[in-house]
Amino acid sequence: MPVTSSDTMEIRTSDDIVRVRQKVRDLAVGIGLGLVDQTKIVTAASEIARNTLDYGGGGTARVEVIEEGFRRGVRVTFEDEGPGIADVTRAMQDGFTTGGGLGLGLSGAKRLSNEFSIQSAVGVGTRIMIARWKSG
Amino acid sequence: MDRIPILKMGSALLVTIQVDMQDRLAMALEEDLTTRIAQTGARGVLIDISSLEIVDSFIGRMLDSIAAVSRLLDARTVVVGMRPAVAITLVELGLTLTGVATALDVERGMALLGERIAGAEGFDAGDIL
Repeated sequence: MPVTSSDTMEIRTSDDIVRVRQKVRDLAVGIGLGLVDQTKIVTAASEIARNTLDYGGGGTARVEVIEEGFRRGVRVTFEDEGPGIADVTRAMQDGFTTGGGLGLGLSGAKRLSNEFSIQSAVGVGTRIMIARWKSG
Repeated sequence: MDRIPILKMGSALLVTIQVDMQDRLAMALEEDLTTRIAQTGARGVLIDISSLEIVDSFIGRMLDSIAAVSRLLDARTVVVGMRPAVAITLVELGLTLTGVATALDVERGMALLGERIAGAEGFDAGDIL
């Protein structure tokens, strides 16, 4: 799948979450994503970025514009080298949390995205990809 | 560190969130608000989020928490000005802010606060009698 724009950003502090959000919004606006779609992908990115910081001990976000045929989308891939998630299926359920949150981060971000994938290995880290396509 | 300004309007406190809120700022707001409620004896808190482009679960939790803490200090909270796209996204995220009263804009929020404060006072008086 062709990638027409790619930026990798560090997530080390909560200020970085704000920067990732702004970058995702800029790209979403750039490809002409509608307001609701923009809001959804930026919110999903914010949720996962916070997980990367809080549970993964920080990491990176690769923010990209992707193309497939005539359609374009925004894809964000988060990677950390944190403790990993022992039970991904359980972590994807609403209300599951090991921290102080509401446990909506992963499941909520999946609902807000057109594409979602997660790979995690205990002691190695976690990679989560979210993407939203411009519809129509 | 920046602080979100808190204005006093009659017996209510008014907060307009105008920046892409960072975590530290959000936590400072919760502390500042509770301090001001205690100092001023405010009966209501109006939080205007019309400038917020997104509300994620962190901000949602903060709004819930402010409403709960304010309630313990005898002040009612109304969140106003949520953008339609934010409302759609919040529901899909699974966050419906059930602990927070909302109104479309500041004017309707103030009216709602007025009713709630008057209602609570009426109830108290009736209770004593």
